[in-house]
Amino acid sequence: MSAQHTEAHAHNEHGHEEHASMSRGKIWQVFFILLGITVIEFIIALYLVPHGMKIEWANPIYIILTLAKAFYIVAYFMHLKFEKVGLIYSLVVPILFIIGLILVLTNESHHWIDLIR
Amino acid sequence: MSTTVSQIDQVKTTPWAGGREPFSVEYGKMMMWFFLLSDAFTFSSLLIAYGALRFSADAWPSAELVFQSVPGMIDHGAPLVFVGIMTFILIMSSVTMVLAVEAGHRNAKKEVAWWMVATVIGGFMFLGCQALEWSHLHHEGFWWGSIPKELDHFFKEAGTASPTYTQQFANLFFTITGFHGFHVFSGVIINIIILINVLAGTYERRGHYLMVEKVGLYWHFVDLVWVFVFTFFYLV
Repeated sequence: MSAQHTEAHAHNEHGHEEHASMSRGKIWQVFFILLGITVIEFIIALYLVPHGMKIEWANPIYIILTLAKAFYIVAYFMHLKFEKVGLIYSLVVPILFIIGLILVLTNESHHWIDLIR
Repeated sequence: MSTTVSQIDQVKTTPWAGGREPFSVEYGKMMMWFFLLSDAFTFSSLLIAYGALRFSADAWPSAELVFQSVPGMIDHGAPLVFVGIMTFILIMSSVTMVLAVEAGHRNAKKEVAWWMVATVIGGFMFLGCQALEWSHLHHEGFWWGSIPKELDHFFKEAGTASPTYTQQFANLFFTITGFHGFHVFSGVIINIIILINVLAGTYERRGHYLMVEKVGLYWHFVDLVWVFVFTFFYLV
């Protein structure tokens, strides 16, 4: 089997996989999930928080819901879920450094606010 | 002559054995992914800078008090409504973009073109909303390096109003939404170029609509960033 042939074959297979994975039904399903999550965020912000929900509870919920939305956009709309596992890791693992930066800078912020108080 | 090959001479066919693409994704598409990864770092830095300044402040302007108008309709008392409309427009244009990609897989030129037109319209609507939001805030006195004189009604607890933190808020708001808006704008321009190519039949002759997928990745990324901007500027 020549390399070219292998490549073409792999490409075809990939194209077929792609076709099967994101049908129009699936696209609209993901859209309604995204819309639903946004509506939940609005209910929390406009109804639950003014009626006594603690902001300390609401904020982590907002962040979890945001990450859920990010997952659906990247996995389905950007189609990453159906790519080769190597590509997924090469994109997701570097993102972990961002968590490091968040930890460092929130630590720094706490130092400054302790100085103010 | 025997046709059996010794184990060590057999051609390996595993993804990383060479002679084939291990990611099995087209070069331009992979480069778009890596560009978007670098762009994700840029936006993260901006948003983390916002978080760091906000955490180190003992009072911060409240989003629902700053953003409570629908420009041209409601002057105040409607927190989050306008930004809700903007979020909906952007998610919707993301959907029309995937539908264009899906039509591209079926080589349906007309459908691709129509969904691309819808995506471009969504992009312009979002930019229009952002322009209204900016001009409204500018009208109130917010800009890079300037804030309104009267600040008390932007802070929830009485007596905590701080010009320093309000100024930090204004600078970061215009920088981050401005940088995002610039991405939306360039996305619309690229979408228009791709739409022209679709109509000219470039991709039909090429036999595939991979370029639509690549610009689609960029467009979804813009939507992705907005999801985070929306949470950290308007909700938290």
